[in-house]
Amino acid sequence: MEITELTVKEIVEKIKKKEIGVKETVLAYLKNIEDKDNNIKAFLSINNEEALIKAEELDKENEKNGQIFGIPVAIKDNINVYGTETTAGSKILKGYISPYDATVVKKIKEQNGIVIGKTNCDEFAMGSSTENSAFFNTKNPINTYYVPGGSSGGSAASVAANETAAAFGSDTGGSIREPAGFCGIVGLKPTYGRVSRYGLIAFGSSLDVIGPLAKNVEDAAILTNVIAGFDRKDETTANLPVENYTDFLKRGVKGKKLGVIKEINDFKIQDEVSITLKEAINKLEVQGCEIEEVSIPHLKYALPTYYLIAPSEASSNLSRFDGVRYGLEGIGDNLRDFYEDTRTKGFGREVKRRILIGTFALSEGYFDEYYLKASKVRRLIAMDFEKVFEKVDALILPTTATTAFKFNEKKNPLEMYMSDIFTMPMNLAGIPAISIPFGKDNKGLPIGIQIAGKWFEEGEIFQISYALEQLKES
Amino acid sequence: MYKPTIGLEIHVQLMTKTKIFCSCSTEFASEPNTHVCPVCIGLPGALPVLNEKAVKYGVKLGIALNAYINKFSSFYRKNYFYPDLPKGYQITQYIIPIAKGGYLEVGGSGAQKKKIRIERAHIEEDSGKSIHAGNITESEFSFIDFNRSGIPLMEIVTLPDIETPDEAYDFLILLRSIIRYIGVSTGDMEKGAMRCDVNISVSKDETMGTKVEIKNLNSFRSVKRALEYEIERQVSALKKGERIVQETRHFDEKEDTTKPMRTKEELNDYRYFPEPDLPPLVLSDEFIENIKNTIPELPNTKEERYIKEFEISSDYARTIAYNPKLAEYFENIVKYVGIKRAKAVANFIMLDISAYLNETKKEIDKIDFTKEKFKELLDLIDNKTISRNTAKEVINESLRTGKTPSEIVSKKGRTQITDETSIKEFVIDVLKENDAQVNQYLSGKTKVMAYLTGQVMKKSKGKANPEIINKVLYNELENLKK
Repeated sequence: MEITELTVKEIVEKIKKKEIGVKETVLAYLKNIEDKDNNIKAFLSINNEEALIKAEELDKENEKNGQIFGIPVAIKDNINVYGTETTAGSKILKGYISPYDATVVKKIKEQNGIVIGKTNCDEFAMGSSTENSAFFNTKNPINTYYVPGGSSGGSAASVAANETAAAFGSDTGGSIREPAGFCGIVGLKPTYGRVSRYGLIAFGSSLDVIGPLAKNVEDAAILTNVIAGFDRKDETTANLPVENYTDFLKRGVKGKKLGVIKEINDFKIQDEVSITLKEAINKLEVQGCEIEEVSIPHLKYALPTYYLIAPSEASSNLSRFDGVRYGLEGIGDNLRDFYEDTRTKGFGREVKRRILIGTFALSEGYFDEYYLKASKVRRLIAMDFEKVFEKVDALILPTTATTAFKFNEKKNPLEMYMSDIFTMPMNLAGIPAISIPFGKDNKGLPIGIQIAGKWFEEGEIFQISYALEQLKES
Repeated sequence: MYKPTIGLEIHVQLMTKTKIFCSCSTEFASEPNTHVCPVCIGLPGALPVLNEKAVKYGVKLGIALNAYINKFSSFYRKNYFYPDLPKGYQITQYIIPIAKGGYLEVGGSGAQKKKIRIERAHIEEDSGKSIHAGNITESEFSFIDFNRSGIPLMEIVTLPDIETPDEAYDFLILLRSIIRYIGVSTGDMEKGAMRCDVNISVSKDETMGTKVEIKNLNSFRSVKRALEYEIERQVSALKKGERIVQETRHFDEKEDTTKPMRTKEELNDYRYFPEPDLPPLVLSDEFIENIKNTIPELPNTKEERYIKEFEISSDYARTIAYNPKLAEYFENIVKYVGIKRAKAVANFIMLDISAYLNETKKEIDKIDFTKEKFKELLDLIDNKTISRNTAKEVINESLRTGKTPSEIVSKKGRTQITDETSIKEFVIDVLKENDAQVNQYLSGKTKVMAYLTGQVMKKSKGKANPEIINKVLYNELENLKK
C-alpha cells in the first residue's frame, strides 16, 4: 500500500517503528500533489521547502513524540500559519503573509505535525462549493465534474485525493461537514468553544469553529485531540477538561439512544440519501441502538436565522479589510473613495452580498426586527436541541439533502444556501456534529451521514460514528 | 435671561500596564507603532482578551463617582470606518455599562455644593492616533500610530446638570483629583490621558435649546473658554432671532472660538451589536467589595475636614486637598507638628513651598523639606528666635540647600536679637540721626513711629525682634517728651 493511502494512525505508527521516514512520507504526498493538483486544485499554496526541512529535522529526532508525529496536514487558507500567505480565498488578502500562527496551528506544530500547504476555500468561507474562491475552482476528486463542497472544499478534496494525510477546515454553517460529505471523507464540527478560534479569520464569530477533515473517524478523533481545549487567547473557549477521544471509539452503541428529527422530512431530500439514512439507522438498531423520533420545531427557521446572524457578524468582521494596513490597496482622492475602491476591487460578489445583508440587518431601525429577532429564534433553536437531548444521546440525519452538484449548477444564491440546511442548525445551537461517508448514489457520488451530539460531548459522536463506519459496505 | 445647559462626556485613559484586549505595553513610546500586536492593529484572525486590571480600574472609578456597579455588563461593537480604528469597530459597552447613576458635588463648601449627576460610565478601547502633515484637509498624507490603539478608556457621561463654565471647570478638576487619588490615571488633559467633549444649549425658559457639541478641548482652560464663547455666540444669535444649528463644533485654541466642523460624516449609524468575541462581564460582590476597600479618602471629604479640623481657609483647603501629593505632605507635617500649627503649615506650603515648586518645576514629593525641618522652623518662630519675615528666607534657603533651619539661622547669625539692651543701642543711634522725625513725633504725628522702627530694623540688619523694637522705641520717645 502506498504511504498516501494510509491513515494518520497508520503513518504515525510506521514512523515511530522506523518503518518509514518522515521525509519519505512528506515526499510521497508532495509527489501526489504534483501529480494531481494541477487538475484537482485543492491547494492555494504549497509549503514544500519548509515541510521538507521540518521532515528532515523530525527524522533526526530519537524520541518520536507527538500524536501526529511527521504527519503532513493541509490548512484551510482562512487559518493563519506563520510566514505563509493567508488569503481566506480573497483577492483583498492576496500576498498577505501572516506574522503569527493560529492556536490550532501552534498545537499541530507542538504535536510535530507538518503543514504541507494552504487549501482553497470560498472567499472568507462564504459558500458551499468553493466556487466563491477568488482564485480558482477546486474539483471533487471523486468526480471532477462536480464541486467538492465548501467552504472547506480544498481541505476536503486534498484529503480525498490523498494529497495530504489530513486537513483542517472551519465550519460556520456546514463548511467542514458538507465538503466532507461531498468528497466521501470524515469531517467534524466540534462544539463552539471546544477549539480556539484565535488565528481563524472571522466570518461569523459566534458560529465559526475549526475542525478536522480526515480519512476515517479514528483519524478525526486523533486530530481533534490535537486541537481541542481552552485557549487564553480566545475568551469564547470553554475551560473544561478535554477527554481523549480515541478512548471512545470502540465502546459500541448498545443501548445508545439516537434521535431522528421529524422535521427534516419537510425538506426535499434526494431519494438515495433518504434510503441510505434509513439503512444506517437500521444497521445501528441491529447493533442495539434505540431509535426515537424527535422534534426540532424551529428547524424551518434555521436558514433565515442563520442568514441574518452570520452576515451581520461578517459585515463587522470584514470591516478591517480597508486597505490601510495590509492587503489590497485601492486608490482614491479622499478616504471614502479609497475605501470604496479597495473593497469594490477586493471582495467578490457573495462577500459583498453578505456584507450588504449584514449591514442592513444591523442598521438603526432594523436591528430589532432582524438581528435581535434572529438572536431570539436562535435561542429557541438551541432550546429545541436542549430538550431533545434530554431524551436522546445523539441525532442522526443526512449531512446534505443531495450529493455533490456540478459547477455552476446553483446559480441562485438561495439555492446554494439550501445546501447547508441540515448543517447550519448545529452552528446556531453550538453543538458538535460529524459527517461520515456512508454509501454512494447511482452516480457514484458519496453520501454523508451526520451524527450530532450534546455540547462538549464529541466523545459520544465519535463513538457512534465509529460504530457506523464499521457497518459501511465497502 | 438665557440659561445654559451643559453636559460633559469625558474619556479617561486607565493606567494599566498592558492594553485592554492584548498584552502590549501602554507605556509612552517615542517610536510610533512599537507597542503593537495582531490584536491591537486588527490583523485577520486576532481576538480580544479582556484585561482584568482595566475592569478593576473601571469599577474603582465607578465607585469613586458614587455610581452603581453593574454586576453584569457586556461589550458591543461600535462600527465605523476610520484609518486609526484598525478593526473597523470599537469594542465598547453600550446597553449595560459597568457603572451607572453616580454624582459629584462641586463648587463652594458644605451645603453650597452642587450635585452634578453622572448618567453612566463604561469601559472601552482607545483608537490609534492619526498624525496629519499640517492641516487635516490639506495634508497630502497622514500617519497612524497604533501605540495608543487598545489603551483602556473609561467614558464618563454626565447629565446636563451643569449651568456655568465655572461649574464645568470645577467638575473637571474635582474629577481629575479623584482619578489621581485612586490612581487609575494621570488625568493629564494636555497629554490626552483625560479628554472632554461638551454638549451645550441655551434657553430662556424650561424648554431645552438646540444642543451643540464641542470637540478638541485639550485643557481645562479650553473647556471653560469654549463654553464661555459658545454661550455668548448662542445667546447673541438667539437675540437676533437666529436659530441654533444642531452640530459639532471644533474649539480653536488660538482664537478662543468655536467653529463648525467641516466634515459631513455626522450621520453615522454605528450598527451596535453584541461583541461575539467576548462573553458578558460578570462581577462578584466580593470583587466589587475588595475594590471598594482600596479607595482612599477623596478630595471633597478631605477639603471639608481641613476646614473643620484645621481651620484653614477654604481656598487653601481645596488646593491642598485636590492634590494628592500635596495633601499627603501636608497631613504628614501636621501629624508631626500638631494640629494647632496646621494653619501655619498650610501658609508655608501655599506661599513659600508652592512658589519654590513652580519656579523649579519640581513635585512636592521630590523636595527635602522634611517634617523635622518643618518643626524646627515653626519652633524658631514660636520661641521668637526668628521673625516670620526671616522664616521665609530660611525656608527658601533650606529648600535650595537642604540645610536645616537651625543650621541656617546660626550660621548666618540670623538669630533674632531679643535682648533689650542691645536693641536700645540701635534705638538711641537712630533717634540721634533722625531729629526731624523725632520732632514730628513729639508734635503729635505718632505715625512716624513706623519709619523709625524700620530704621532700627535696618540698623540691626533685620535681626532685631520687631515687637521689642516697638516697645523700646516707644519708651525712649515718651521719655523725650518729659
